[in-house]
Amino acid sequence: MTARTAIAMGCSAGGLAALQRVLPALDRRLAVPVVICCHTGSADVSLLVEILARVSALPVVEAAERAPADPGVVHVAPSGYHLLVEPNAHFSLSVDARVTYARPSIDVLFETAADAWQGGLVAVLMTGANSDGATGLKAVRHAGGYAIVQDPASAESDVMPRAGLDIAGADACLSLDHIAQRLNELCIP
Amino acid sequence: MDVEDIEIELFVRAMQRRHGYDFSNYAPASLKRRVQQLVRTHDAGTISELNRRLLHEEGFVTRIIEGLSVPVSEMFRDPPVFRALRDKVLPILASYPEINIWQAGCAHGQEVYSLAILLEEAGLYDRARIYATDFNDAALHVAAEGIYATRDARDWSRNYIEAGGLKSFSDYYSARYDFIKLDQRLRRNVTFFNHNLVTDEVFCEAHLILCRNVLIYFNNSLQDHTLALFRDSLVRGGFLCLGTRENIDFSPAAACFSDVDAPLRIYQASSASMARPLAR
Repeated sequence: MTARTAIAMGCSAGGLAALQRVLPALDRRLAVPVVICCHTGSADVSLLVEILARVSALPVVEAAERAPADPGVVHVAPSGYHLLVEPNAHFSLSVDARVTYARPSIDVLFETAADAWQGGLVAVLMTGANSDGATGLKAVRHAGGYAIVQDPASAESDVMPRAGLDIAGADACLSLDHIAQRLNELCIP
Repeated sequence: MDVEDIEIELFVRAMQRRHGYDFSNYAPASLKRRVQQLVRTHDAGTISELNRRLLHEEGFVTRIIEGLSVPVSEMFRDPPVFRALRDKVLPILASYPEINIWQAGCAHGQEVYSLAILLEEAGLYDRARIYATDFNDAALHVAAEGIYATRDARDWSRNYIEAGGLKSFSDYYSARYDFIKLDQRLRRNVTFFNHNLVTDEVFCEAHLILCRNVLIYFNNSLQDHTLALFRDSLVRGGFLCLGTRENIDFSPAAACFSDVDAPLRIYQASSASMARPLAR
């Protein structure tokens, strides 16, 4: 099986704790871009970036408009803007209307990442108290990407993973510890 | 190739050939999302149906433009930016006998009124002229009216205070039913008109240009083109203020601007810009 080429992750309520569990377990040889959309509600995402950088084996940065999605780097969506992946795998931002009450929206990230990376994409939908990301996950699977949903029973808030499973289904439904393990298996050839 | 991507190509071509609007250098991912949104808004089913109406239906293009330029703004958006304009930029602009300000992509005009308030409180408004432009006529109409939903006023009041406002935000509007109407005196030196950053040219010599969250919708080459347009419009030492997440690092025009406050995306046209020929 050929290795996947990019990872997109989405989470909301409980997301910070979940990311602090998953990121440290990602292999430092993971040579694909990791893009995260986490609803923080805060006006400034730099604190989230700092917290994640402290635990992650891979460098963590705020995703910058026009910048390429660099392999081996974790990119976090800025607050207040949708984060989109352009067909050339560079980032763009938008202040278009909120999607499922959220900006940044996981749906927007997943749908554009699916367009950009097609079957190379692995999308991960984790804990959250709304349904953002479910439609995006469907687009990911439709494009041939691999969809992982956090096992709702293990999620701090199970609404988001349940919505993902209901609307898109998944290729794997895993606990946080197993999510990192699966990402390593899928992306390291 | 994905069928929808072909339809988008045809859409862009129809807009260009039939109506003279050039979206070919917009960032593809966000353009696609907006066109998909238009399909839902107009219950068209497919982009091809949208294209058919665009080609054959009188006046439909106006509604398409309204959908493609989604006017999103607020009063004193990102308050630290307006605070920096107040503290770092206006004191320098005060040295000019006349102050020309261009708000490019003014959407519904919230930032135009914010600027007018800023200038008023600095005692500079009577010698200032604000040119507020957008390519969406419907948005310009809303901007000129200055009527907004009351529900936003609370957030805006907080923004105003965080931006260092000297009075109370409510001093600048009257409220009735569910709407607030901005004091029309704030409009006295504002000119609203249609200008398309993609196709239209330099029209004034500006001391300050604000263009916030517009470049993010453009691809690299159109961003470069627009930044060159701004460079050519600014007087030596004039200021440029972009959205707080916009990135000019990748643009050749970046060399013509120096940082006033880099995190807040406030730049000054350096003298290097004068050495370069005008890009036309």
